[in-house]
Amino acid sequence: MSKLGNLGARLHRGEISYDFIGHRKLWYGISILITITAILGLAVRGLNMGIDFQGGAVFTTEKTSISVSQAEDYAKEASGHDAVVQKLGNGTLRIQIAGMDTKQSDQIKTDLAKDFKVDPESIAADLVGPSWGDQIANKAWQGLAIFMVLVVIYLAIAFEWRMAIAALVALIHDITITVGIYALVGFEVTPGTVIGLLTILGYSLYDTVVVFDSLKEQTKDITKQNRWTYSDIANRSINGTLVRSINTTVVALLPVAGLLFIGGGFLGAGTLNDISLSLFVGLAAGAYSSIFIATPLVADLKEREPAMKALRKRVLAKRAQASVEEEMADARPVSDEPDDDAAHAVVGPRTQPASRGRGRGRPSGKRR
Amino acid sequence: MAAPKRGRSASAQSKPGRALALILIAIVALTGGMFLSGHTTPRLGIDLAGGTSITLEAKADQGSAINKANMDTAVEIMNRRVNGLGVSEAEVQTQGDRNIIVNIPKGTNSKEARDQVGTTAKLYFRPVLAQEATGSAAATSPSPSASGSSTASPSPSASKSGSTGEKATSSSSPSASATSQGRAVTDALKADSTPSASASASSSASPSAPATGGTDTSSAQAKLQAQYTALDCSKKAQRTTAGEGAKPADTTLGCGEISGVWYKYLLGPAAVDGTEVKKAQAVFDTQTAAGWQVTMTFNGKGSKKFADITGQLAKNTQPQNEFGIVLDGEVVSSPYVSSSITGGSAQISGSFTQDEAQNLANMLSYGALPLSFQEQSVTTVTAALGGDQLHAGLLAGAIGLLLVVIYLVAYYRGLSLVAMASLLVSGILTYVLMALLGPAIGFALNLPAVCGAIVAIGITADSFIVYFERIRDEIREGRSLRPAVERAWPRARRTILVSDFVSFLAAAVLFTVTVGKVQGFAFTLGLTTVLDVVVVFFFTKPLMTLLARRKFFASGSKWSGLDPKSLGAKPPLRRTRRSGPVETKEA
Repeated sequence: MSKLGNLGARLHRGEISYDFIGHRKLWYGISILITITAILGLAVRGLNMGIDFQGGAVFTTEKTSISVSQAEDYAKEASGHDAVVQKLGNGTLRIQIAGMDTKQSDQIKTDLAKDFKVDPESIAADLVGPSWGDQIANKAWQGLAIFMVLVVIYLAIAFEWRMAIAALVALIHDITITVGIYALVGFEVTPGTVIGLLTILGYSLYDTVVVFDSLKEQTKDITKQNRWTYSDIANRSINGTLVRSINTTVVALLPVAGLLFIGGGFLGAGTLNDISLSLFVGLAAGAYSSIFIATPLVADLKEREPAMKALRKRVLAKRAQASVEEEMADARPVSDEPDDDAAHAVVGPRTQPASRGRGRGRPSGKRR
Repeated sequence: MAAPKRGRSASAQSKPGRALALILIAIVALTGGMFLSGHTTPRLGIDLAGGTSITLEAKADQGSAINKANMDTAVEIMNRRVNGLGVSEAEVQTQGDRNIIVNIPKGTNSKEARDQVGTTAKLYFRPVLAQEATGSAAATSPSPSASGSSTASPSPSASKSGSTGEKATSSSSPSASATSQGRAVTDALKADSTPSASASASSSASPSAPATGGTDTSSAQAKLQAQYTALDCSKKAQRTTAGEGAKPADTTLGCGEISGVWYKYLLGPAAVDGTEVKKAQAVFDTQTAAGWQVTMTFNGKGSKKFADITGQLAKNTQPQNEFGIVLDGEVVSSPYVSSSITGGSAQISGSFTQDEAQNLANMLSYGALPLSFQEQSVTTVTAALGGDQLHAGLLAGAIGLLLVVIYLVAYYRGLSLVAMASLLVSGILTYVLMALLGPAIGFALNLPAVCGAIVAIGITADSFIVYFERIRDEIREGRSLRPAVERAWPRARRTILVSDFVSFLAAAVLFTVTVGKVQGFAFTLGLTTVLDVVVVFFFTKPLMTLLARRKFFASGSKWSGLDPKSLGAKPPLRRTRRSGPVETKEA
């Protein structure tokens, strides 16, 4: 673990860094590929919609010795429909019968109880009308749309519109991937899944926002210097917050993993499992997109700005010159900065090799 | 940890003690409140405690708009029905703009409850045999005119004289001492010989009267009479059971509220069924200044029956010239009749407000419910399954928490103590608030809510990570701990606020837009996000400030998680004026 701390230090100083922005085309490509796969999967295989979306009933018995196939027969007999029966980790049976009315279900429950020789009251039932799932889904889409609009507005105000756009793209990216994985693997989609999916919204952005925040801070006075282009600083922001991103993702995934383990292992199925599964997939996608997609995208958009173009020209010119003058030029520019804070924010000397000379070259006595 | 060596320069650190004291006081106060209120555990939802949960969706097919007023009326009516089953803790609430959730705890006949909830027409017109105010309020307030003043009059002509002129008469009716009225009925029931001729007149003529009137066993009547005498409509428990299970052809009891006073009624057999009302609407009478009125039209059968009953009632005296509009056992209105109303339409006037008139019209039009509802989902959870789910949820939470703690300890060493203490504070606050919100706003902890709380562990822990990483960055800059803690804060604070805001926004949107289980999840997520901000501001930050003064942390002990060496900090080449003295002291 302390290795990670060390890594953090080295990332912080810029001793090691990965050029996320420089390789962005690669990552865009990968993401586009994944997204296309996801959309194809969705189009070809479609989603495996659970009982809640087609109407039907889910009965859960108490712990029983009746076998799965026996239960399937009973259920088919009682309902006239095919039934899917699962034996859960705790010895109970979960019987799913699709395509029936909520009114019929009472009779079926009674029949089943008779077959199983148990009290009808001991069978838990989840009866869902055919339009319930649609309603949930509609509401979810509605919520998604409202949330996206609000978040774009908020990010546009708190940061700027380019970041808002990039965050939105990353968000859509995460959701597409998650839905795609559901289609490809064939996981069942339930209201729980929808909950998980909607939670990804918050999480995915949460991560992105932290990187953006650091980016905003570091680029506050970007035009006042001519050593780094926007992309350079964006790259540094990602690297600087990398350890935090990893930590956040791990810490977020751990409880979800706990949920998934218990939901899948102990209960076998149900809300816990559904929520945690989609969360797990979505969180992973979210961590990936905030680093590999959102920030490079901001850099891309930003570099189109005239001011940034000019900056890039200056920086490149300066670098060409610097390659002649070598290290001499390297140590000096910091002291050109009249404002200490700006120097700190913009140049972020700590993360660059050049900063090694900082102690000498910079008038730190000036600070406040 | 070493004792604090210096207490000076505390003022520069924005009084961490005060913030800590504040949040501790808040915790103690909330916990105390929780114990005082007696709700020491969060209320459990149906999926954890067992029971039945029914989700209904309003259908806009009766020409009545799905709006808040109609939904509220429907909730009120369903509540009356469900709780009429003798369940004390059933709850009915709207969710979203077109859904109603009915939660019925275990131990109730869920089938019966389901039948009751969704049905629309349970409205009857019953002749009033006796009426009496109950409760203490009755003694003091000789009911205002609004009470008896509702007049059913033939539409449209008679309404003019009726509403204004007869108000005087009617207003006297409830105020006429309760005893005399009671006696009148007693007589009416006891013997058909009747001191009050009117009563017998009404009963003999009404469709099924003979059954109740004389030939039936007098014991049933005596029993009913005894029940009537004992009935105290000012008590909620008695109200809900009054008239329970009565068939339309039975003589029954009922309660009704008029201007805040509960009246009890002895009601004859149903004369007109609610379904026989074709249409009812609230209208504002501009001509006579009678104010809001309700007009109703009956279908063919209804008109005839209504003409019959009003014809009989008109001959009677107060209160037996009234008919009760009985909705699910409750008398929602008891207008009196001055003459037979024929022609299939009538209007009820009185000093209605617009809302009252609208409500009454709704009830008359659609039986009970202003809207028709369709069952969307019915979830029955046995107590055993509920227990399992609760168990699983708690276990998952414990495992998740344990994993997070292990990770934090491994990565942050001594700092993880701060993180764990903060998580603990956050956990206590969440628990206490959940327990308190149960009775306060009807919050019930369901499985998705538990999930939300577990997921929130990550969000809460993340705030600490943001802050800790910032501090570490500052230390890597070569700062000593105390300035690092202070310098890191403003930036970490902004990051935390921005990201928590996004998270909260997601929760808020989910909560307002979605239905069903999603809402419980969104609620916990929003709650914990808010608490996260509170904890970081009032607990974690002040605690860090305090701990930064401790030698263990300040000197960057190997186990503190803030060891400059293992963090790879550059040795401070030049000391800034501010951090200088501190470091010399530590050295």
